[in-house]
Amino acid sequence: MRLTEPDIQLNAQKKLRHLLTLEGLKEHQLTEILDLAETFFDPATGDLKKVPLLRGKTIMNVFFEPSTRTRTTFEIAEKRLSADVVNLNIATSATKKGESLLDTLWNLQAMGADMFVIRHADSGAAHFFARHVAPHVHVLNAGDGRHAHPSQALLDMFTIRKHKGDIYDLKVAIVGDILHSRVARSQIQALSILGAREIRVIGPRTLMPSHPEALGVHVYHDMDRGLEDVDVVIMLRLQNERMSGARLPSEKEFFRLYGLTEKRLARAKPDAIVMHPGPINRGVEIDSAVADGPRSVILDQVTNGIAVRMAIMAVIFSNAAQLQQQEREA
Amino acid sequence: MKLRIDNARLLDPSTEQDITASLCVEGNRIVAFGKVPDDFKADEAIDASGLWLMPGLVDLQVRTGEPGDNACGTVASEARAAAAGGVTTFCVPPDTWPVADTPAVPELIRRRARQAGQAFVLPIAALTQGLEGERLAPLHALKNAGCIAASQANRPIRNALTLRNAMEYAASHNVRLMLKPLDVDLADSGVAHDGPVANRLGLPAIPASAETTAVATLLLLAEETGAKIHLNALSCARSVELVRDAKARGLAVTCDVAAHQLHLSEMDLMDFNPLFKVLPPLRSLDDQRALRAGLADGTIDCIISDHTPLYADDKLLPFPQSKPGISGLETLLSLTLRLVESGELTLMQALKALSRNPAQLLGIDGGSLQPGSRASFFLYDPDARWTLRADALLSAGKNTPFEGWEFSGRVVGTWFLGKNVFKPASQDA
Repeated sequence: MRLTEPDIQLNAQKKLRHLLTLEGLKEHQLTEILDLAETFFDPATGDLKKVPLLRGKTIMNVFFEPSTRTRTTFEIAEKRLSADVVNLNIATSATKKGESLLDTLWNLQAMGADMFVIRHADSGAAHFFARHVAPHVHVLNAGDGRHAHPSQALLDMFTIRKHKGDIYDLKVAIVGDILHSRVARSQIQALSILGAREIRVIGPRTLMPSHPEALGVHVYHDMDRGLEDVDVVIMLRLQNERMSGARLPSEKEFFRLYGLTEKRLARAKPDAIVMHPGPINRGVEIDSAVADGPRSVILDQVTNGIAVRMAIMAVIFSNAAQLQQQEREA
Repeated sequence: MKLRIDNARLLDPSTEQDITASLCVEGNRIVAFGKVPDDFKADEAIDASGLWLMPGLVDLQVRTGEPGDNACGTVASEARAAAAGGVTTFCVPPDTWPVADTPAVPELIRRRARQAGQAFVLPIAALTQGLEGERLAPLHALKNAGCIAASQANRPIRNALTLRNAMEYAASHNVRLMLKPLDVDLADSGVAHDGPVANRLGLPAIPASAETTAVATLLLLAEETGAKIHLNALSCARSVELVRDAKARGLAVTCDVAAHQLHLSEMDLMDFNPLFKVLPPLRSLDDQRALRAGLADGTIDCIISDHTPLYADDKLLPFPQSKPGISGLETLLSLTLRLVESGELTLMQALKALSRNPAQLLGIDGGSLQPGSRASFFLYDPDARWTLRADALLSAGKNTPFEGWEFSGRVVGTWFLGKNVFKPASQDA
């Protein structure tokens, strides 16, 4: 059998060099980021601080797929770290002119990028870019196909921790289109690494991966049973195209079966929180009364996203500096 | 020109003989097996002590890139790679550019092959025009132009009625069909086996049913129409069972498996390495075991390379966008003989799957060392240890997932029609 290559997201000191996926990372690697994120909030005001950690670094947000929320929070995070920020919407530029993906990347690298924050429609795209960047350049996966969205999962863990204390011992339900969701994959990995007591996924078979046991989750097709006694409910966005491939009859039927209403939420623990990576479809996967209700932490997730993304970038650049230091001493 | 090879371990899958003796060649034919005739005066004698001599391999699926629209490889370059791998006969699927749906294409391929003079190259006709699965290609004319069979390559006919008609027409002109079982609707935009690994990596998946339902359809239609069908590149355990049942019921069906499916699995995709992207996709370890068992019990008749030379750029893309295919001619023999080393196949079973069986199902001379056979064979050093390096492949395509694999045993000389067409570089000096 062939040996797999060394984990490409780690450097020679086994520390994060890129963040491509949470799979294979250790608990302390996740908590380091979450702990650091907390320090970016001003304890007096609760506002996010501006820090000079990445002064002189150039970060390019390269989005091959449109995004508003993720790209904006990355941009704010980068500016709070005092980095120089460049935004590129490649869906409408270079590759349309026939330039290969790698040529695009290498050109941007030649312009002096220190980090690429990349979103791409293909699973594995972040691994692909990481394999081909120069040694000093870092790749942060901002969503690749159905594979991973690690910064989203980390901000979700941060939010859970903030509201529920330790993730250990929690029961978490993720509801909706697990099959096509990079967010769900990364959340499941993060929850497993942090030792959540039980991870449930709720939805019809047409929106589930074929081997859920490989992900370490329990599958429920019945929403009421799935929500029984959980501490956290994570709703996923339902894409319109799921109706065309005969995966679902209608949004209406989906909402009737899996939409989160106050009545359904009553099945969960009384202090359960409700999360959603956004953007939400009111009346499709979540009722407005729940989305805007007292147990919803959806907008808090957005704010936390900035701090967590700051922490991810700070950790990656600090690891690089440590490695450089060690190489100089050697 | 008379050639005598002495002291070789002669392995003949046509008679299952395994003796250490001499082989005599005159012109392009083998004239003696075992004992040297008293009146045979050799112009050249080779002492092959310690070496094995086996009939040239017959590979049912080799792409050469020619004719092609800036495709990687030519008939000549891939025939050289074939000789290095012990392959002296190969079939070329019709997904060339232009598609092999007019006699000009097989004629061109055969002309190029004659110019190269390194292997028998047998073009396969497109079953439908442009491989579009709608109108029949001129099968009779294509057969007359030298096509050995008809196929849809990787683009199966979607409409079952069209497929049934194509089978009936092929049966009336005694055209053998080589079909890759694939339901393109079930395969959808999938790029990897629908199993735990694709689930974890979020790769769009191809379920086993994309192959098994197509196998069932093809077997039932072949039974009804009397068409001679050969199924290419099986990858699933259930496909093997379906073919086993069909054979038990007396259906004249044959099938093959690609050598890489016997050694790789979905587990190899963990780093999204595009070199492991193939069609059908690498399946589970259970499927791999079933494929090996199917070879051992004779359900699977042949092993193919499914050779697809590609440019480096074709693989320098994220996994879903990269082109599927492996440059496999030069690993076909070594990968197969690994199953002999591990005791899963006998040496004769392996040699039959690589030469005698495919020759017989094509109805050509091959897979035999008996007097009168074509003098296409190779010498093999069973003790030579070597490590595969992609850049050392003779094929124009360096796209191999077996970089760094260590093999014991290697081709040290290949003869095609009595002519030495390959010897290793180290012996050139």
